[in-house]
Amino acid sequence: MFAYIVRRLFLMLVTLFGISVIIFVLLRVVPGNIVDILFDAAGFVDPADKANLERELGLSQPIVIQYLHWIGGLLHGDLGYSYVSEKPALEEILPRIPITARLAGLALLFSASIGIPLGVISAVHQGSKLDYALRVVSLSGLSLPSFWLGLLILMASVSLFSTMPIFNPNPKTWLEALTIYAVPAMAVGFRSAALTMRITRSSMLEILRQDYIRTARAKGASEASVNYRHALKNAVLPVITVIGIEAAFLIGGLIVTETVFNIPGIARFLVEALRWRDYPIVQNLVMFIAVVVVVVNFIVDMLYAAIDPRIRFGD
Amino acid sequence: MRSVQALAVAVLSVLAISDVSRAAEPKPGGIFRIYHRDSPGSASIHEGATYSLNVPFMPIFNNLVIFDQHIAQNSASTIRPELAESWAWSGDNKTLTFKLRKDVKWHDGKPFTAADVKCTFDMLMGKSQQKFRQNPRKSWYEQVDEVTTNGDYEASFKLKRPQPALLSLLASGYSPIYPCHVSPAEMRTKPIGTGPFKFVEFKANESIKLTKNPDYFKKGLPYLDGIEFTIIPNRSTAILGFVSGKFDMTFPTEVSIPLLKDVKSQDPTAICVVEPNNVSTNIIINSTAPPFDNLDVRRALALALDRKAFIQIMFEGQGDIGGTMEPAPDGLWAMPKDMLEQIPGYGPDIEKNREEARKLMQKAGYGPDKHLHIKVSTRNIAVYRDPAIILIDQIKSIYIDAELDVVDTAQWFPKIARKDYSLGLNLTGNAVDEPDQSFYENYACGSERNYTNYCNKDIEKLFDQQSEETNLDKRKKLVWEIDKKLQEDVARPIIFHARTGTCWKPYVKNVTIMSNSSYNGYRYEDVWLDK
Repeated sequence: MFAYIVRRLFLMLVTLFGISVIIFVLLRVVPGNIVDILFDAAGFVDPADKANLERELGLSQPIVIQYLHWIGGLLHGDLGYSYVSEKPALEEILPRIPITARLAGLALLFSASIGIPLGVISAVHQGSKLDYALRVVSLSGLSLPSFWLGLLILMASVSLFSTMPIFNPNPKTWLEALTIYAVPAMAVGFRSAALTMRITRSSMLEILRQDYIRTARAKGASEASVNYRHALKNAVLPVITVIGIEAAFLIGGLIVTETVFNIPGIARFLVEALRWRDYPIVQNLVMFIAVVVVVVNFIVDMLYAAIDPRIRFGD
Repeated sequence: MRSVQALAVAVLSVLAISDVSRAAEPKPGGIFRIYHRDSPGSASIHEGATYSLNVPFMPIFNNLVIFDQHIAQNSASTIRPELAESWAWSGDNKTLTFKLRKDVKWHDGKPFTAADVKCTFDMLMGKSQQKFRQNPRKSWYEQVDEVTTNGDYEASFKLKRPQPALLSLLASGYSPIYPCHVSPAEMRTKPIGTGPFKFVEFKANESIKLTKNPDYFKKGLPYLDGIEFTIIPNRSTAILGFVSGKFDMTFPTEVSIPLLKDVKSQDPTAICVVEPNNVSTNIIINSTAPPFDNLDVRRALALALDRKAFIQIMFEGQGDIGGTMEPAPDGLWAMPKDMLEQIPGYGPDIEKNREEARKLMQKAGYGPDKHLHIKVSTRNIAVYRDPAIILIDQIKSIYIDAELDVVDTAQWFPKIARKDYSLGLNLTGNAVDEPDQSFYENYACGSERNYTNYCNKDIEKLFDQQSEETNLDKRKKLVWEIDKKLQEDVARPIIFHARTGTCWKPYVKNVTIMSNSSYNGYRYEDVWLDK
C-alpha cells in the first residue's frame, strides 16, 4: 500500500509539471496578450506605447525566462500580480475559492445524494413504471444544459415569487445563504446526478445478477440487506470513479452556472481573466484547478484501494 | 350642504397639492443599485475608451465644466461650471481662462487647486513625468499649447489657434480633473476625486461600490447614501434582476429594443426611454489594396446599402440614417435631409441605387458571371456580427460574394493596423457631439483611430477651418460640407446610428439619459429615491 501511495504521489507531481508547461505554452500560443486587449479597449494601437507596456509587464522576455519566473514565484508562494487589477494574484484568487468550493461541494452532494438512491431504486424496480419515469428524468438531466436550466429556474423564480436567487455576499438569513448556493448547485448538479443515477443503475443491475446475491437471498437476507449491504457496496465502485471525474467536469459546468447566477467564483473569474489574457490569474487558477483534480483523483484511487482490497493487494 | 362639499373639495385639494410637493421634494438616503454590463479594465476614466468606465466612476469626479446633467441634448449652451466658477475666452480666442472654486477638497482631504488642473492636462498632453498606461484622448488637446496657472485658483488653456470646441471637450464625462498627488497607477485601482461620491471598492467581475461624499462642495448633495454596481455580464440574468427588483436601474443605454419590450411586459411600472447614443455602425475599407483601391468599387459598395433594412432588422425601426455626425433632431451637426439624400446611396430608391452600383461593378470588371470574392472582417461581438451578416447579404446584389471573417477582440486592432482585411464592419462611438472630436479622431491624416488611413489634405484644411470658426451657423455649414464629402469619398461609409434603451423603477428620480452621447450623463449628484 505504501509503495502504491508513493507511486501515485510521484505521478501526481509529474502530471502537475506537465500541466504547468502546457498551460504556459498554450496561453502564449493564443493570439493577443493583455496589451493588445488594453489597447483594443482604448480603440487604437500605438506600437511604441505597446512595446513599453509589454516591457513593463515582462511580456517581452523569452518564454523560458517567463516560465521560470512564474514557477520560481509559485514555489515561493508568490503568484505575481494581476495585469488588470494590478493587485496580487493571490489576493484576487483566494476569496473566490471558498465560493466555488461551496458550490461544487453542494453540487457533488446533490449529485450523490440524489443519484445513488434513485439509481438503486431504478435497478431494483427494473422494467417498472417507476424505473421508466426515473430513466426519463435522468435522460433529461443529461440533455438539459446547465445554463438553460439555470435560466429557467431564474425565470420561474421571478415570475412565481418576484425574486431571484442571485449571489449576495452578505445574506441576511441562513435561508437566503442556503438558497444562493443550493439553487445553482442543483442546476449544475442535476446533470451529474443523472449520470450518477444511470451508472448506479447499470452497476447495480450487473451486481444483482451475481451468484453471491442469489446466495444471500437463499440465506434469507432481507431485500434491503441484499440491495444495500451486499449489492450496493460492490456496485458503488464505478460510481465513485464517475463522481471523481464529475468533480473535474464540474468546473466546466460551474463556468456557465456562475455566469447565469452571477456568482463571483473562480470559474467565471477564469473566463474573464482569459478574455483579458491576464496570464498570472489564468496560469495560477488553472494550476489550482489542476491540483484539485489531481488530488481528487488521488483520493478516489485511495478510496478504491480502501473499498476493494484486490487493488492494494494486487499492487 | 354645498358649502360642506366645497370645503371638502378644498381640503382634499390642499392635501393633494401638499402630497405632490412632498413627492417632488428630494428625499435623502438610500443606495442606488444598478447592474453593470461588464467588468471595466480599471477605474481610471482617462485611460479608458468605453463608457463601462464612465458610468460607475464619473460620480467620483468633477470636471472644470460639465454638460447640464438634466438636459438630454449636450451642446455648448448646456455647459455648466463645476470645479470652475466661471470661464472666459481672450479677445483672440486663443486663451481660455477658468476661475476655480476655493471650497473644494479631494476625497483624502487635500485641497483642490489650479495645480491639479495643470497636472491633469499635462499628463493628457504627455508633458508630465507621470505617464498614463494608455492615453486614448491625447488628440483632443492637440491645439492646447500649454496649461498655466495664476495662483491657486486660476488656470488657463493657451491654444495654438482658436478652437471653440475645446469647452465642449472639457465638459465631457471623459475630462475629469485628477489629483496631482495621486499616481496614475493608484487612480486605476483606488481613484480619488472631488465628486459627490467616494470610491469604496472595485471587485473585478463582482461589484463597484461608491459612498456619499459628506464634504461635497455642493451643499446638500448628493442625496443618495451610495451607489452599488453589480457586475452581471449575462444580459438575461441582469434583466431578470431588474424586473425582480434587485436593481433600481438597468445599465444605461444597454437595453435592446426587443428586451425593452420584455421589460415593459414583465414590469409595466418601469420607466423606459429609448435614445440615440451617438454610436455609428460603419464600414471600414482597405483602399490601399485591390479590389477597393478602385474608387468605382468603393462607390458601388456605398450604393448597395439599404440602410432602412438594417435598422428594421436590428432595431425594429428604432435607428437613424445619417452621415458621420449624429442625425437630427438629437444630433446638433446633422446634414439637412435634402442634402443627405443627394449623397450616392442615401437616395430613397434602393433598386435604382443598386442598378447604378452594378454598372460601376461591371466597369470595374465584375458581373453576373464574374463575382468578386471577399471577406467581411468583424469582431466576435453580436453588435458587430449581426450587421456584418446583413451587409454580406446586401452586397450579393452587386456581384460581391462575401464570407464572414470573425476576429477575436484581441486581434481586431492589430489586424486592422496590419491592413490584413479588405472590408470590415466597425462601430464608432463619439464621446461628444462635436465635429472636432469626430473628424480629427476618425478621418485626420495620421490619427491613431483613423483605421483606414483615409487621408485627404483638402478636407483636412476644412477640418481646421470649421474648428477655428466661432460663428455657429457658418461652422454648421462647413461641417455639413465636410460630412457630405466624407460620405462621397466613401471614407468610412456610415450604415446607421443606433438607438438603445434604459429602464428604471418609478421611484428613481432625476435620471436623464443623454441623447447625443453615452459618455457624459452619470454624475448622479442629485438623483434620489422616492421610497
